[in-house]
Amino acid sequence: MELSTVWFLLIAVLWTGYLVLEGFDFGVGMLLPILGRKDTERRVLINTIGPVWDGNEVWLLTAGGATFAAFPEWYATLFSGFYLALLLILLALIVRVVSFEWRGKINDPAWRRRADLAIIIGSWVPSILWGVAFGNLVRGVELDKAHQYVGGFFALLNPFALLGGATTLMIFLTHGAIYLALKTEGDIRERAGALASKLSIVTVVVAGAFAVWAQVAYSRNTWTWAAVVVAAAALVGVVVATRLRREGWAFLLSAVAIVGAVVLIFGSLYPNVMPAFVTANSLTVTNASSSSYTLTVMTWVAVILTPIVLLYQGWTYWVFRKRISVTSIPEHTGLTFERTSA
Amino acid sequence: MEALDLARWQFGITTVYHFIFVPLTIGLAPLIAIMQTIWYRTGDERWLRLTKFFGKLFLINFAIGVATGIVQEFQFGMNWSEYSRFVGDVFGAPLAMEALAAFFIESTFLGLWIFGWDKLPKKIHLATIWLVAFATNLSAYFILAANSWMQHPVGAELVNGRAQMTDIGAVLRNPTLLAAFPHTITAALLTAGTFVAGIAAWLMVRAARGKRLDLAGLYRPAVVLGVIAMLVGGVGLGLTGDQQAKLMFKQQPMKMAAAEALCESTDSASFSILAIGDLSNACTGVTHVIQVPGLTSFLASGSFSSHLDGVDTLQKSYEKKYGTGQNYSPNLAVTYWSFRLMIGLGVGSAALALAALWLMRKGRFPTSRWFARLAIWAIPTPFLASSFGWVFTEMGRQPWIVAPNPTGIDGIWLLTSRGVSTVVSPAEIIISMVAFTLLYAALAVVWYKLMHRYAIEGVADSEKDVSPDNPDNPDGADRPLSFAY
Ligand code: HDD
Ligand code: HEM
Ligand code: HEM
Repeated sequence: MELSTVWFLLIAVLWTGYLVLEGFDFGVGMLLPILGRKDTERRVLINTIGPVWDGNEVWLLTAGGATFAAFPEWYATLFSGFYLALLLILLALIVRVVSFEWRGKINDPAWRRRADLAIIIGSWVPSILWGVAFGNLVRGVELDKAHQYVGGFFALLNPFALLGGATTLMIFLTHGAIYLALKTEGDIRERAGALASKLSIVTVVVAGAFAVWAQVAYSRNTWTWAAVVVAAAALVGVVVATRLRREGWAFLLSAVAIVGAVVLIFGSLYPNVMPAFVTANSLTVTNASSSSYTLTVMTWVAVILTPIVLLYQGWTYWVFRKRISVTSIPEHTGLTFERTSA
Repeated sequence: MEALDLARWQFGITTVYHFIFVPLTIGLAPLIAIMQTIWYRTGDERWLRLTKFFGKLFLINFAIGVATGIVQEFQFGMNWSEYSRFVGDVFGAPLAMEALAAFFIESTFLGLWIFGWDKLPKKIHLATIWLVAFATNLSAYFILAANSWMQHPVGAELVNGRAQMTDIGAVLRNPTLLAAFPHTITAALLTAGTFVAGIAAWLMVRAARGKRLDLAGLYRPAVVLGVIAMLVGGVGLGLTGDQQAKLMFKQQPMKMAAAEALCESTDSASFSILAIGDLSNACTGVTHVIQVPGLTSFLASGSFSSHLDGVDTLQKSYEKKYGTGQNYSPNLAVTYWSFRLMIGLGVGSAALALAALWLMRKGRFPTSRWFARLAIWAIPTPFLASSFGWVFTEMGRQPWIVAPNPTGIDGIWLLTSRGVSTVVSPAEIIISMVAFTLLYAALAVVWYKLMHRYAIEGVADSEKDVSPDNPDNPDGADRPLSFAY
């Protein structure tokens, strides 16, 4: 296999890691107002992802860095082209990150409400926009002869891409609800399980419609039907498993569905990385890639480091494997605004 | 304003902002690891209280460092896509390595450190903070490798109008990097040392004045630790900075000539401490008011009488090499003053270190108000010095975004004006610049308030050893988490 194709696969792997992992922590953030009725309950939700959200986010940074290293033309065209959409995602991620860490630092209800709001917005916005971005990639965009994106911002808001946005949104909501059912105890676990069961049905419909539309209208390869089938079967499995409250299975199947979705997206692009309306202008695995020397170096780095990363991230999930509930939340530790003692 | 100017402003604002928090993270992580190690070794609860106290300040700071770092990862593609196309083959590699090798360790093990006090055996928990400290420094190495390549490209050749990597070893052992990395790390150590010593000294004076000698005694060793870090950092900065200056006279003579507002070539160039006149544009009309004879020549080569090229001479030789119709000197005023401010602001830390050493000699507890005030005022100075250091490095590189390697790799250089995205409109850049600036301003206010609030609170009255090693801790399944958001 060509090294550039290997890197196309590796970038798909990095996005899979990102969407499977950050997918559930986006879901948890979005469900904050729905499943967290009291402050303690919201703290339970946030603490299920407390030790891991930052590690999850690094999958995105790595995907970004790897795209820069392996496909500079793709990196350049994509991020200058989808400028405003990316800006919104970045702003959302910024407020989300600081809110997780700063929320508990001040013992004041208004302070915490504001932090909750930032987490909620910071989770909804990227959950929708990543889907919109991927939808546009699959659909193809307007590139000129120099491979520059010239379509403008509003061209990104077409029906197919918006359905893509709804798809990632629904998948992450379901994925997050399942994760919560898996990681909590008591009342919250009950409600999360029930909600996951309902959400999963909507997800099958929305994601199924998107997958079939993508395959029929835009996929450049027939074999990606396999990904459509796997993803759809996994999502149906999620419906069944959530109904039976088999949380472990539900989570696994939901992760499989995300893998299927990424395979569909990247598979339907190949051999393009960014297909253009005028086929000759497309960025492809070949014309967007780095030199084979750079790709060789990066392959060694990735082959050595990725398994190690998986190992210690896996270990972290093991260390924090215990379910938590309202009784495991210590009394609020933050300081008040004003200093009280001398 | 044109897209170019806007893009430069935006990059300057977001990067300098990111680098306000970064040096504190890089320097404070090892200091906290040292505090926790002392607790682990001695079992002295006071070191646990200090670890947790500075740990909280560290986390408040870390969050904003991460949040602003995410922007950095994507900015090159957004505003500097032509630059990205030109350099991606070389420049992307260290960026990807930084994420894969450093950010993963940093984020994962910090999560384990924050939430793992009651879950991990003491020794392993201690290892997590050391890993965080290691990874923050590793991340600095890789990102500086990328930056150093823009200052001094190596290990590449020009193919089809793009830079292509030929030797990753050369990129990771770039002489510019080997000078910039220790300089940046020692700057971080000075920053964190000043921060720890400053806060601890202020709290120590407060405790001593309130006749709480036990508390004052708790803060005292933290002041000492901070001062040691400041001394190591400060001496290291001088040595490595000297190293960098010598290198820059060779690699980017124009940057250093501008930094000295040295217009004509001279033998035995003086070091100017104050210059007046129109530094902003042409080299004419600059008067050096105070100067130290021969010092600049000495800085450049180790000899007081060596010959140095001035801006005008260099301009002529650049025109011959890279074409006419371009001003090859950076903004003189910015370069001149940022260089002096970087070095000059180091005085803030030095004053605190000296005062602390003197007032605390032979076990004394200083109680004077001026010392407490000095401790506070010293804290921002290394932050400012670092910012000026970067402004100097980056703006002194202009008009190049990739400065040519003077010993020659044919064609690997790029003017900043050619690096900016062509498809992004000025309106889009204005929108993003305004959005980032407003959000960053708001976050800075919150960051400051939190840091301030937690600093004046001081250490907790007591901290329990909650580790599973402690036989007093029941292994009860229903024990509440020792730490939760
Ligand atoms: C606490 C901050 C601090 C202090 C007190 C100093 N520096 Fe510095 N300096 C930096 C923080 C810094 C920095 C932020 O770390 C820079 C920017 C890029 C870099 O590598 O280091 C820098 C860059 C920088 C450069 C430019 C290198 C380049 O263009 O790549 C030179 C020549 C020096 N420094 C020299 C000195 C000297 C001679 C100092 C006197 C003791 C000094 N610095 C103190
Ligand atoms: C690896 C690290 C870095 C890289 C790759 C980098 C790269 C760049 C690029 C592409 C530009 C835009 C072009 C230009 O106007 O020069 C720039 C400008 C700038 N950077 Fe850096 N930079 C790095 C680190 C930093 C840091 C840490 C700081 C300061 C804290 C900094 C300060 C600046 C400033 C002030 C400008 C504006 C220069 C101007 O307007 O002329 N840079 N840098
Ligand atoms: C302009 C180039 C830069 C890019 C692309 C960049 C990228 C990033 C990113 C994406 C993060 C977040 C990591 C996370 O989520 O854990 C980050 C944080 C960090 N960066 Fe940068 N960075 C730049 C400049 C620098 C420089 C010059 C240094 C050091 C010399 C540095 C050191 C760090 C450190 C220590 C962190 C840890 C978090 C913190 O700041 O507190 N960065 N950077």
